[in-house]
Amino acid sequence: MLDINKIRADFPILSQKVNGKPLVYFDNGATSQKPQVVIDAISKYYQEINANIHRGVHTLSQLATDAYEASRGKIQNHINAKFAHEVLFTSGTTHGINLVTNGFASLLKPGDEVLVSALEHHSNIVPWQMLCEKTGATLKVIPMNADGELIMSEYDKLLSDKTKIVTVNHISNALGTVNPIKYMIDKAHEVGAAILIDGAQAVPHLKPDVQELDCDFYAFSGHKMCGPTGTGILYGKEAWLNKLPPYQGGGEMIKEVTFEKTTYADLPHKFEAGTPNIAGGIVLGTAVDYMNGVGFENIQQQEKELLEYGTQRLLEIEGLKIFGTSAAKTSVISFNIEGIHPYDIGTIIDKLGIAVRTGHHCAQPIMNFFCIPGTIRASFAFYNTKEEIDVMVEAIKKAKLMLS
Amino acid sequence: MKIKDIQEEIVDEFSMFDDWMERYEYIIELGKNLPLIKEEFKTENNLIKGCQSKVWLQGEKKDDKIVFTADSDAILTKGIIAILIRTFSNQSAKDILEADMDFIDKIGLKEHLSPTRANGLVSMIKNIKMYALAFNTQN
Repeated sequence: MLDINKIRADFPILSQKVNGKPLVYFDNGATSQKPQVVIDAISKYYQEINANIHRGVHTLSQLATDAYEASRGKIQNHINAKFAHEVLFTSGTTHGINLVTNGFASLLKPGDEVLVSALEHHSNIVPWQMLCEKTGATLKVIPMNADGELIMSEYDKLLSDKTKIVTVNHISNALGTVNPIKYMIDKAHEVGAAILIDGAQAVPHLKPDVQELDCDFYAFSGHKMCGPTGTGILYGKEAWLNKLPPYQGGGEMIKEVTFEKTTYADLPHKFEAGTPNIAGGIVLGTAVDYMNGVGFENIQQQEKELLEYGTQRLLEIEGLKIFGTSAAKTSVISFNIEGIHPYDIGTIIDKLGIAVRTGHHCAQPIMNFFCIPGTIRASFAFYNTKEEIDVMVEAIKKAKLMLS
Repeated sequence: MKIKDIQEEIVDEFSMFDDWMERYEYIIELGKNLPLIKEEFKTENNLIKGCQSKVWLQGEKKDDKIVFTADSDAILTKGIIAILIRTFSNQSAKDILEADMDFIDKIGLKEHLSPTRANGLVSMIKNIKMYALAFNTQN
């Protein structure tokens, strides 16, 4: 069991007032709040060891490099990657996905197929569309049902020897559905296709084991799991990372440069051109430590309770409909109230101190599927409470009264 | 009535409200009372797509004035549209082009006209000015 008061005390922002009301932060799907240890670690880096990494012979540079590589090692352990060089620092999930799609541009040809799920965030749709435009490959969509679950029988039918890569999120950002990725990974491999998992919404809730999953790529962001913004990880199997060409040219990613020919550095540096977000990379390790300290079992227990309580309380409101009703869900509730636009509700409850996301959640195809302009999305983290859910429910009732 | 006078009138009206709730309730009322845009004008061409809400805007020339009608799928957006229509409709192109938007700040609705809000209102104002610019050049 979590000592919730102790946990909340770790997050200074949570005791803030917004519009004169105590903040209720339910927009964790967009970004999580940061604990004091993470905030402190950022200052500490700049106060004590700031220097460029992998370059200088001087002591500070060595300290910064050691800290950066130690963080890579922490994240390797966290996701159980076989090698540290399979863990690439990125600026976030979007960067990781684009690194892969860019690499696949040299591997695909007309007639090849790329499978993408109907549940994706735009950032896991658009790069693949661009890849298909560039290579002449065809983009095919794995459909979903009315509960917001991918239809596995349709997925099986779409897979063929033409399929070169499959991309799917571990957990849907708009609906919270947990996808059966182990099944999808195994099935993709049966036809010889690679598979990328967008783990952006999964890592705040669980610890992915990339070896057990056997996925070829797993991309996620640091800022959704208590880490700094502008940080992320792309895990790639060694064989795939060796096969893909570099994403960006620059310093750090080279072995030798002449005007005639440049040879590239080994992994992971081949994909890490330029001075990276050093502070961010180091502090992402601090965030991973923090979350492991809280414990993912505890996190899941707390979030499960919040999801159940939140669902029950919200359904008390007349005319409220939840989108995404799979039994396998994380602590995300996407909903609308009949006859009221989500923007109106979101705007009014913001005045009451409640932060939720409204709109299409960068997943317009899902909104089109349900024929709605968007939803209100409350996404809970382990530091949220049932009392906060009560405050939100009362605020929604008030907004509903004003708006109808 | 001149744009400036209308804006002052609106600022006066809003100064009577004690808190945000009263202000918002008034905006919701305005939204409900907004004469709807004719269905034939709710075209893709007249649609401003915001991430959050949609806005339709149609401008027509009537003598030397421009008449605007508009609609939105969100009621708060619609209420603010009503304020903008009251300000800019039935005005000359020249006056529309010269008008400033400071009054929105004075009535405490600045956040609704922030470009990051993505509710279509910023583009709506831009489009109102574009209509005025187009009609002005025609003259």
